[in-house]
Amino acid sequence: MRSFAYTRAADGHEAVAAYRQGAAYLGGGTNLVDLMRLGVATPDSLIDVTRATSGQVDDGPGGGLLIGAAVRNSELAADLRVRERYPVLARAVLDGASWQVRNMATVGGNLLQRTRCPYFQDVLTACNKRRPGSGCQAMAPGAETANLAILGQSAACAATHPSDMAVALTALGATVHVCGPDSREERGIPMPGLHRLPETTPERDTVLAPGELITAVELPPPPPGRSTYRKVRERASFAFALVSVAAVLEVADGTVTSSRLALGGVAHAPWRCHAAEQAMRGEPATADTYAGAAEAELAAARPLPGNEYKVTLARNLIAAVLEELTS
Amino acid sequence: MGPGPARETEVTLTVNGQSRTVAVDNRTSLLDLLRERLGLTGTKKGCDHGQCGACTVLIDERRANACLALTVAHEGAEITTVEGLAEGTGQLHPLQQAFMRYDAFQCGYCTPGQLCSAVALLSEGGPSAVTADLTSEPALTPGEIRERMSGNLCRCGAYPNIVRAIDATVTP
Repeated sequence: MRSFAYTRAADGHEAVAAYRQGAAYLGGGTNLVDLMRLGVATPDSLIDVTRATSGQVDDGPGGGLLIGAAVRNSELAADLRVRERYPVLARAVLDGASWQVRNMATVGGNLLQRTRCPYFQDVLTACNKRRPGSGCQAMAPGAETANLAILGQSAACAATHPSDMAVALTALGATVHVCGPDSREERGIPMPGLHRLPETTPERDTVLAPGELITAVELPPPPPGRSTYRKVRERASFAFALVSVAAVLEVADGTVTSSRLALGGVAHAPWRCHAAEQAMRGEPATADTYAGAAEAELAAARPLPGNEYKVTLARNLIAAVLEELTS
Repeated sequence: MGPGPARETEVTLTVNGQSRTVAVDNRTSLLDLLRERLGLTGTKKGCDHGQCGACTVLIDERRANACLALTVAHEGAEITTVEGLAEGTGQLHPLQQAFMRYDAFQCGYCTPGQLCSAVALLSEGGPSAVTADLTSEPALTPGEIRERMSGNLCRCGAYPNIVRAIDATVTP
């Protein structure tokens, strides 16, 4: 691991003031420390922000919540208000990682964790995200593509974003609060706008400018209807999603009145399912409607050789979750 | 070392009830501090990537992967390792006794992590990923125990008896 300087910031302004090129913010460290050990991340200084932002979940207007960026994942999932009002979020957080990791990981760090693409994590292979312009090993014949993207990828990168929590925040329409070195004012980024598609610059995971710091996540008032999160993985627990679905569904008199859907494990960002939502609006809340909505969303899928299964999996998962929320 | 900010830091933390002050290279993980500097080799290094749980310790009474924890970020923390579970009582922790009674290990390498993880499990409330009703306080059934222990791998496959040992401690 490369040697680094360490400072602990007392508040957000101190943190962003301390930021210099080559520095990195340290939350729980569950991803960053590992990437430093692998030689993937090589910061020359760490700014510890675990005491620089709020570690509390506060009440917001209309039953909404303001979640401090330093709140640990385990604390968020245990919060009774989250469990009662936002089951999709509680389930997504509980489906992520292990109890040990959730005790360490912060909300801000969860959003900014890096892809688990095997080529990104292996410094001996080509990766445009890790070393811009070096190529993408995932596009080579015989590459290991099983966990890579089927939606929104580019020729430069087919990495997926690994966060479960971010998928739920997308379905809930949460806003990520950020403060930066150039402005004393915070700005708010509605999810899934924090994360971007790779295009020709996959080295940028998010829309954040260098030195910008996530300070909080704001949940709007609980959406009408029911919500849940379902994750499919290669073993029953403690694994990243192959495909996951976060869904909020409101049904009245047998008709879909509103919905918000997001997919995880399929793209460089949490994938908001606009096509599926539009296909369902005002339609009967039936298995046929849900199958059609899933079909409409996955029409845009462009799988790589070796991850075609994800298209079927995502389609079936959307339909199954919507039926579960209707029953 | 040339000019520039310090790459070494003096840290004070409490380990198994004892205050320890050490100057560490900022890169030192809590796991390496315990094993290489403080002589507490009960905590094991398995994967060193947070994937196996062999290094599980309690940080401020919560279980965590010591391999992913930077010592420098834990100024003032209270650490409990497997060596500290029985401390003061003169007797093994009830979970340690149950692991022996139910033969909850074969090679024993993952056992210190399993024990620390299980000790934390006993005091943690709230739902898990397998809890049907999120707003309830679920009973620690064998299914709940399995899910809550999924951060600790055992290559010998002693899982059935690990679950029995924890279950016996939950409902004696």
